[in-house]
Amino acid sequence: MAYDSFKVLRSSAVPLPIENVDTDQIIPARFLKATERKGFGDNLFRDWRYDKNDQPKSDFILNNPTYSGKILVGGKNFGSGSSREHAAWAIYDYGFRCVVSSFFADIFRGNSINVGILPVQVSPEFLHQIFTEIEKDPKAELEVSLPEQTITIVPTGASESFQINGYKKHNLLNGFDDIDYLQAMKDEIATFALNR
Amino acid sequence: MSNSPKTLFDKVWDSHVVRQIADGPDVFFIDRHFIHEVTSPVAFLGLEQRGVSVLFPEKTFATADHNTPTINQHLPVEDPLSANQLLQLEKNTSKYGISHWGLGNPKNGIVHVVGPENGITLPGMTIVCGDSHTSTHGAFGAIAFGIGTSEVEMVLSSQCIMQPKPLKMRINVNGQLGKGVTPKDVALYIISKLSTSGATGYFVEYAGDVFENMSMEGRMTVCNLSIEMGARGGMIAPDQTTFDYINGRELAPKGADWDKQMAYWKTLKTDAGSDFDKEITFLASDIEPMITYGTNPGMGMGISKNIPQAKDLEGGESSYAKSLDYMGFEENDSMIGKKVDYVFIGSCTNGRIEDFRAFASIIKGRKKADHVTAWVVPGSHVVEAQIHEEGIYDILMEAGFALRQPGCSACLAMNDDKIPAGKYAVSTSNRNFEGRQGPGSRTLLASPLVAAAAAITGVVTDPRQFL
Repeated sequence: MAYDSFKVLRSSAVPLPIENVDTDQIIPARFLKATERKGFGDNLFRDWRYDKNDQPKSDFILNNPTYSGKILVGGKNFGSGSSREHAAWAIYDYGFRCVVSSFFADIFRGNSINVGILPVQVSPEFLHQIFTEIEKDPKAELEVSLPEQTITIVPTGASESFQINGYKKHNLLNGFDDIDYLQAMKDEIATFALNR
Repeated sequence: MSNSPKTLFDKVWDSHVVRQIADGPDVFFIDRHFIHEVTSPVAFLGLEQRGVSVLFPEKTFATADHNTPTINQHLPVEDPLSANQLLQLEKNTSKYGISHWGLGNPKNGIVHVVGPENGITLPGMTIVCGDSHTSTHGAFGAIAFGIGTSEVEMVLSSQCIMQPKPLKMRINVNGQLGKGVTPKDVALYIISKLSTSGATGYFVEYAGDVFENMSMEGRMTVCNLSIEMGARGGMIAPDQTTFDYINGRELAPKGADWDKQMAYWKTLKTDAGSDFDKEITFLASDIEPMITYGTNPGMGMGISKNIPQAKDLEGGESSYAKSLDYMGFEENDSMIGKKVDYVFIGSCTNGRIEDFRAFASIIKGRKKADHVTAWVVPGSHVVEAQIHEEGIYDILMEAGFALRQPGCSACLAMNDDKIPAGKYAVSTSNRNFEGRQGPGSRTLLASPLVAAAAAITGVVTDPRQFL
């Protein structure tokens, strides 16, 4: 059991309608010096969140108490750039369990699932609807159902389905990770290596 | 099916699949695993917590590069957090019997420079590292890509990761490159056309005479930047240029083993009639020396052009405005003549000897502009030695430059090599993200020739006037 299982999440959401949010913004390189996986949430979006004197920037969404929740909604091409899993750790450690966008960078998507965050890719139109609804009512809730593979904007009832492969879905529903799976097939791997 | 044409990518991928999971990823076998101090400690911690060991320690190679200082490497590392990461790498590799080229080791350097340099990277291999620029090794006809720390733990414990097979894209560049147009410009040009997400979900094969005529170091620069268009990796079919580069390197196959490997390597090319999910072709003659003006590598243009207008670009107008505002530039601005405060040559993108030769070709007999701070950082101790042997060191000294010690340095500014807030840096590295080279830093990505021209004149300059 590498992380909490994910089934249905109903929560308000934090909107970040910016495109190409790269992992250097999610967690700048100078905060990658830990040798344990803890405390990264404090530095999530560090340079957008704090000024050079470490004072919170009032115009950044995470510093606005009106917005909160376990779902982060980002613009297109979320998580581009570096492979640092620290980006996913920071998002998880801050308290998010789901990231919604119209497009995810490849490595970030994989890293997210591997740490127990569900990446939900929606159409650009649906993403726009989410941003619009949160703008109207910051407490508007989203409901993400992994068993059903659907995301619903609760106040409007608008819903869309999302993709995830059956293997990863099973893992997330049960809190299993890939290492458990690989450990169970070590003999097969050793034989494969021998015959190479 | 065995007679149907296969791509280079298919050949290498399919031969490494241990198990196919229905409605899931492939269990994918890894031949070579590189690790460094920043993305490995939590993976080793995970092994301990699970009580499992390293399955094939001889298939993992460690080097310290990301947070290391580039001056006074003989002294203890001052930053306690960096020093601790370096210590953990030493302890972890020693505990499990993994090769470790730490600070001070003559083989130390940037992971994507030392792998090829020592003959560890070979055609047809699968290669991963907890670093997105692992795509560099694709230059040898290997499938190479960056992974997260959970996957580092998977490779250590089982020599496999779980990967869905990506789609296939072929990018052709045909014709003859013009004067002053380097492999870096070819890559920045492609990224500017595709955007930073244009190849997401794909694995790229680069083909056409521009790549066939390119040196191995140039091919490494191109493959290195594959991730900047969103691709997991990029590869180039191995040929005589590849074999000549590998032959004689310390850890490369020798004797009968070499002959056996060569027979295999020669099969590593895309068969005629193979299918790609996407294919794009560019003309070499359309490419000029490139420079970026924004905050992602897709925001690049020919150095003689003006910054595009948001209305001419697809979507994202507010993100575009935010980006130009951060850079302090306006739509329609020319980049030529913009003041430059810093110049950085180095990194896994442009930290090899050919890059320093190119840099030296322009600064030779000239002087660095007084107001420019220049950081010249070799990719490895081997490159550093070549710089001395070839007389490039003397050229640097006469022109007013200093040579630093190897490491990732200002590319990601984890050590003290940080560009100050608001300052402009022409950088041969790979990312111009906000704050990438230090909080508030403003990065202009370019080739070693453009970097040299900027270092001499102190402003953004078309390098062709010096050639």
